[in-house]
Amino acid sequence: MTRPYKSVSGTIFDACNYLFLGAFALAAVLPFLYIIAGSFASDAELTERAVFLIPETFTFAAYEYIFSTDTLLRSIGVSVFVTVVGTAFNLFFTVTMAYPLARRALVGRNLLLNLVIFPMLFSGGMIPMYLVIRELHLLDSLWALILPGAINSFNLIIVKNFFQELPPELEEAAKIDGCTDLGLLWKIVLPLSKPVLATFTLFYAVSHWNSFFDALLYINDPSKWPLQVMLRQIVMLSQSAAGDLYNMDPSFVKPPDQSIKMAVIVVGTIPILLVYPFLQKHFAKGVMIGSVKG
Amino acid sequence: MTGKDQQHSILTRMRREKWMYVLLIPGLLYFLIFKYVPMWGALLAFKNYQPFLGFFKSEWVGFEHFRVFFANPEFGMLLSNTLMLSFLNMVFFFPAPIILALLLNEVRLALFKRTIQTLIYVPHFIPMVIVASLTYVFLTTEGGIVNEYLYKWTGQKIDFLSQPDWFRPIIILQTIWKECGWGTIIFLAALAAVDVEQYEAAIMDGANRWKQIWHITLPSISSTIVILLILRMGNVLDNGFEQIYLMLNPLNRSVAEVFDTYVYMVGITQGAFSYSTAVGLFKSIVGIILVLGTNWLAKRFGHSGLY
Repeated sequence: MTRPYKSVSGTIFDACNYLFLGAFALAAVLPFLYIIAGSFASDAELTERAVFLIPETFTFAAYEYIFSTDTLLRSIGVSVFVTVVGTAFNLFFTVTMAYPLARRALVGRNLLLNLVIFPMLFSGGMIPMYLVIRELHLLDSLWALILPGAINSFNLIIVKNFFQELPPELEEAAKIDGCTDLGLLWKIVLPLSKPVLATFTLFYAVSHWNSFFDALLYINDPSKWPLQVMLRQIVMLSQSAAGDLYNMDPSFVKPPDQSIKMAVIVVGTIPILLVYPFLQKHFAKGVMIGSVKG
Repeated sequence: MTGKDQQHSILTRMRREKWMYVLLIPGLLYFLIFKYVPMWGALLAFKNYQPFLGFFKSEWVGFEHFRVFFANPEFGMLLSNTLMLSFLNMVFFFPAPIILALLLNEVRLALFKRTIQTLIYVPHFIPMVIVASLTYVFLTTEGGIVNEYLYKWTGQKIDFLSQPDWFRPIIILQTIWKECGWGTIIFLAALAAVDVEQYEAAIMDGANRWKQIWHITLPSISSTIVILLILRMGNVLDNGFEQIYLMLNPLNRSVAEVFDTYVYMVGITQGAFSYSTAVGLFKSIVGIILVLGTNWLAKRFGHSGLY
């Protein structure tokens, strides 16, 4: 939008505004830049120089240490598995439910919609959910991290709204050409929904990668911990990254705690920072589809 | 509905769309098992659940667990901690994205605006564990950068992570850092819909930047603000379980323990299933009353409301 306006106070306002916004944006990313730099720095440098973005004594010691046993690698494996399989489940469950709900003529549609909306207002709570998972014998199983979150109700409604906005003429034309209901979904609706599906693929994937609490609740076996739980053990509870120190090469010099913690944080964040540029292209649009149309 | 449709009975219409119902099966099973069964399981709050007896054979105790909970001195602490965090969030966090969106809206350099937006959205995607970890690494007294500087300048260190006084400021700052940028999206969408001619007319009338913001921009996003306020009111008792849980420790418990963390502690770690279900149920019900209540209020004051 262009608004013609020039005055001294307006210019001062603009200058302050740009400075403030710039500072805010820096505050959003600076902690990471520091942590990345710190993870490559030496013990002495971390305490002496304090603030820096390029370490003088560049070393991989912290990374060598955290990958010296397979504890961390195994938890990365768990996180990758849960993210990939979980997201596939999310998409399947969300799309198969959203598509019928998007049909205005479907008998029982209102009842079904209310069935979806009510749990957004009221839920059984943590303990009944825990007991359900236990009764299903899913405790200590990675399925406990995948199945209970197979559909996010908000996402479901946004996808449903998007399907509903597709021009009905397309559907009619395809039907006249002999397309079945399922063929319609597969050949017409899904290809047209690529931007929305991409957005939710990424949203679901990020939430699986980030999730911590469900693993804390349902997974007791440390060998099945996803990365976030492992990260907390190492950074916040100061447990050894390597787990069993006895098996370690005695010649291995243990790098400073701070830089180990920083390296673990970097490992936990990098996948997000890698997908972020792709994510960013889509999400504003995806969120608007949901928020503006309701 | 067309005349032709009306001729069909409901059954014929359902049969014609049978594949739609087949598609619905996985989703419905999901909702049944993972949403509605736990709702029914909330009845445990009125039973004395014994694992070896199971749900059905455990005896009914009515409101006994609720009575015990309300009589527990912890109840007052949980309620005040929960409300205090919500209040602070409402005062400090809620306006932050609105202000940020208003400021972003005043930027005319498209490239600058896009760059800033790209950067301020990043923290939203960062897991809470990482946010808490960053807080630990920065604030710890053992080599944390903040304390290293404090020590250089004042000769003292502050144990931010275990002093109760620092708990609330840290939580609020974390929330602002993580979600403030992301929160601007919805307001920017609302702002993009404002008619530019209104500004032109206001400028002709001699309105300066502040007056334009006050008289045009803010009123035009007020309905968005009200809707989000309602949503937030409904979640007054939800303080972000993960965040609190991660920052909670025995030393700051007096200000940090909230309903959700308490449910986890007595339910999962101590095995008091029925009692903690009662605590959770109390929280859910108050939450619903708050949502419906604020929605009703919003409607009375002439806003459209949510439902």
